[in-house]
Amino acid sequence: MLRFVVRRGISAILLLFAVSIVVFAIFEVIPNYNPAQAIAGRNATPTTVAEVSRKFGFDKPVYVQYLDTMKLIFTGQVIDYQDNLNVVGQFQQRFGVTVSLVVPAAIFWLLAAIALGSVSALRIGGTLVDRGVMAAAILGVSVPVFLLAAVLLYLFAFKLAWFPNTGYTPFLQDPTQWAYHLILPWFAIAVLSVGFYSRVLRSNLLDMVNQDFVRTAKAKGLPARQVFVKHVLRNSLLPIITMFGLDFATLLGGAALVTETVFNLPGVGQYEAAAIGNLDVPPILVGALFTAFFVVLFSALSDIVYAVLDPRIRLTG
Amino acid sequence: MADDLLPHQGAGGAEGIIVAPGERAADQWEAGRHPPAIGPWRLAARRLRRDKVTLAFFGLFLVLVVVCLLAPVYANHIAGISPNANNITGTIDVGGVQTSVVSPDGVPVGPTWGSHYLLGADENGRDLAVRLLYGGRTSLLIGAVATAIIIVFGTLVGLLTGYFRGIADMILRPVMELIWSFPVVILGVALGTALAFGGIGPIKGNSLFIPSLIIGVVYIPYLGKPIRAEVLRLRSQDFVEAAKVQGMAPWRIMISEILPNLTSTITVFVPMMLAYSILLESYLSFLGAGVQAPNASWGTLISDGLTYIQTTPTFSLIPGAMLVLTVLSINVVGDGVRDALDPRAQVRVRT
Amino acid sequence: MAERLLEVEDLEVSFATEDGLVRAVDGVTFTLDRGEVVAIVGESGSGKSVTVMTLMGLTRSPNSRFGGAVWLGDEDLIGATEQELESVRGNRIAMIFQDPISSLSPVQRVGAQIVEQIRAHEEISKAAALERAINLMERVGIPRARDRARAYPHEFSGGMRQRVMIAMALSLSPGVLIADEPTTALDVTIQAQILREIKQLSAESDSGVLFVTHDLGVVADIADRVLVMYAGQLVEQGTVDEIFHDPQHPYTWGLLGSVTRVDREPPRRLPAIGGQPPSLINPLPGCRFRPRCPHAFDRCQDLPAFGPRLPEDPGHLDRCWLEPSDKRVVRDVGGRIGLPARTVIT
Repeated sequence: MLRFVVRRGISAILLLFAVSIVVFAIFEVIPNYNPAQAIAGRNATPTTVAEVSRKFGFDKPVYVQYLDTMKLIFTGQVIDYQDNLNVVGQFQQRFGVTVSLVVPAAIFWLLAAIALGSVSALRIGGTLVDRGVMAAAILGVSVPVFLLAAVLLYLFAFKLAWFPNTGYTPFLQDPTQWAYHLILPWFAIAVLSVGFYSRVLRSNLLDMVNQDFVRTAKAKGLPARQVFVKHVLRNSLLPIITMFGLDFATLLGGAALVTETVFNLPGVGQYEAAAIGNLDVPPILVGALFTAFFVVLFSALSDIVYAVLDPRIRLTG
Repeated sequence: MADDLLPHQGAGGAEGIIVAPGERAADQWEAGRHPPAIGPWRLAARRLRRDKVTLAFFGLFLVLVVVCLLAPVYANHIAGISPNANNITGTIDVGGVQTSVVSPDGVPVGPTWGSHYLLGADENGRDLAVRLLYGGRTSLLIGAVATAIIIVFGTLVGLLTGYFRGIADMILRPVMELIWSFPVVILGVALGTALAFGGIGPIKGNSLFIPSLIIGVVYIPYLGKPIRAEVLRLRSQDFVEAAKVQGMAPWRIMISEILPNLTSTITVFVPMMLAYSILLESYLSFLGAGVQAPNASWGTLISDGLTYIQTTPTFSLIPGAMLVLTVLSINVVGDGVRDALDPRAQVRVRT
Repeated sequence: MAERLLEVEDLEVSFATEDGLVRAVDGVTFTLDRGEVVAIVGESGSGKSVTVMTLMGLTRSPNSRFGGAVWLGDEDLIGATEQELESVRGNRIAMIFQDPISSLSPVQRVGAQIVEQIRAHEEISKAAALERAINLMERVGIPRARDRARAYPHEFSGGMRQRVMIAMALSLSPGVLIADEPTTALDVTIQAQILREIKQLSAESDSGVLFVTHDLGVVADIADRVLVMYAGQLVEQGTVDEIFHDPQHPYTWGLLGSVTRVDREPPRRLPAIGGQPPSLINPLPGCRFRPRCPHAFDRCQDLPAFGPRLPEDPGHLDRCWLEPSDKRVVRDVGGRIGLPARTVIT
């Protein structure tokens, strides 16, 4: 176990290093990109641009710029080009919002996908229910999140006025309002994932039900529910764990940017989206590292869970 | 003596119908004549033909594609206006009343349900129905090109890393993993914004090839990884060993032994990647990192229409509906193809 | 008179598929008494596995149809509810499957799997159940059973895994033990050991054994009575002596003729029964073996009834129109029992 942690730790550091280099390199490679110009503004004079360039260190060689930027990041002092805000500070502030969005939605979608996938595969309620659930699932993965979000806002916030019209209220300030503002965004995120995961689970369950050891379990006289939960479902969930780990990690890192933007939730995704739109390198860099960190963490966690549940797997680096 | 126990081959060939001596040839039907062997593709085609839902959605998809491809025809002959032509000051006849295309306070006219401005106009006076069809053409085109890139390069990368391993695997595999584990939208938007800014090489920033290229590259690992896994599995099988022992060159083995066994996996991925590509393009265009003005795609149309969602929801919802219907049809067809090709889908009767 | 455990009456099992109704089992009748080993022989597609799996209700599915009756004591299992079947499975009827690596749950320790079965039917503590499981494992010849109970299936060899399955099957002393080709996936050297275990243990617990196989060598080794199946029907039934020394059906002759004997000169080509098994969808009228039978004649257009045709052996049943005296002549091919070669007409 210790070896696992050490090996994963080392590969994590290497990965973060690689990510930082790649992101940095991309911006060096972009033709016609002059960050000093972008910061100074369209109408700035060449002298102003040169001053800005010197101030931000754009005139120095690439590797020096890289080292300086990384130093600023790790000391928490890096500033974004657009609004001169402390990037790390922004991430710290905004992370709570993203967590509020992502965690409840993820729990909901996982449970819903298990329920729907199971009901569908077992044909509880007949083939009609199975087809209905699968039709809904396929529809769920065919709708882009921004469209769904727009429709939800239009119907439920504008027309029916059941929910407020975007914005975020911190949990500590008013829990009810916090939830109230998040219900539509939770739904928007969940729909896509429920659709996807329930289809995958259903497919795994149908495969698993025909396996020989399931037939043995039945032949042993185990009650149907025990056969399903302990044997069929448990083995079908294994591949989903890895997928879920990755999805969850990237969402925490800011992959929910579309939802955050449309619902005006000040999370890390919204910040990253704005930064990308402005070609604002520091937040993009920090965001990439942030996401990569979670990806490594959760992939290690899901590997551990997998190894616990399936004794044929031995933890390797 | 022992030879008396053996059936002899008749003059006619290897697969004869066995009939006891003395029976008439006409009795052959009773001799258990069996249907000819049917391979997996014909079996799949047979199953597909019975799958009404998949066929219906395939028909829907074809209709949508044809209608969008006919965009120029619609523009020239029915609507009489091109997709990018501004017409802020023009007027049209709506039910006998002369109305401004764009009213003095900037509100465009809504759907007229006539041949001009069928679905209304946008704030620049452009005909939305025309833009809807042209936008569809753009979205479908980008999706198709991206899918082609994914299939070709995904298969190639999968084959190289899976079969040759070694250096190719050591370099390409971490790259694939990196791209694959990064959220598609973020990667796409980053590349899209960067390249839209300056273009790449000789290709200008607002060329349609850029989003196609970006989407293609971003999704290559989604095909590359499964293909690599398949190739790894296939290359350890006996028939590949046999080919190697026969002295076949590696390239020939890849093409004549391994590639044919990948075709059903690839076939299943085509509709899936097409759906993903069209969806990703809409995300990118919505966020301004995909199709650039003055070109339109369903994503840009939805994005533009959102400003008017409270007054005229149709501006966003109609392109949205077209997009969803198209992606939905592709997904349903994709599922149908996958089920038809699935060898396990047969009723298992073990005796 | 041994107790009658199982009485199968005219069992019919069909599956509705996209190509039509597959009649996997088409009117099978037999019995099983305590202490006897009944072998069911046939090729793939004969319906033997479907028959035994149906006894426990394992073939029930949305597209399966059943007819006839399966009497366990005075209960008809065909009409039983799932709950009733759950209490029968593993408890009064237990089954050993063909491929032990895929038939055991890969993520559960073997001891726990046996415990799971015991506790599904008896109110007993985990510790007590585990003790019993370890005892069973010792009885079937697994060394260091206490340690091995904590191991996973993939840590055992094929023969050992099958012993685990046997231990599991016998854990509740079932009256009926069904073995579905338990040695087919094992090395020949291990086969003999496993057969010995099965025969010995079932004798000890006084169970009746239904042994499904395609291997006549195995049949000769352990069976008391033999049922021969073809195309979903029984074609011959009798004691193992009757079947091997006085077989009454051409298919049985073919099976016996295709066994290569070690004590004789090997043939230049391996003998086989010409032709293909028939389709189970829309079976042909008349005798189902007719297309492959070198002795078919006009009467074979009608399906022969399955019944006794030898007054001196009322327990020996078959499904063939040939006169017993003719049979004794035509089945002799070159000094041994078998089928003559036939001409192939295209």
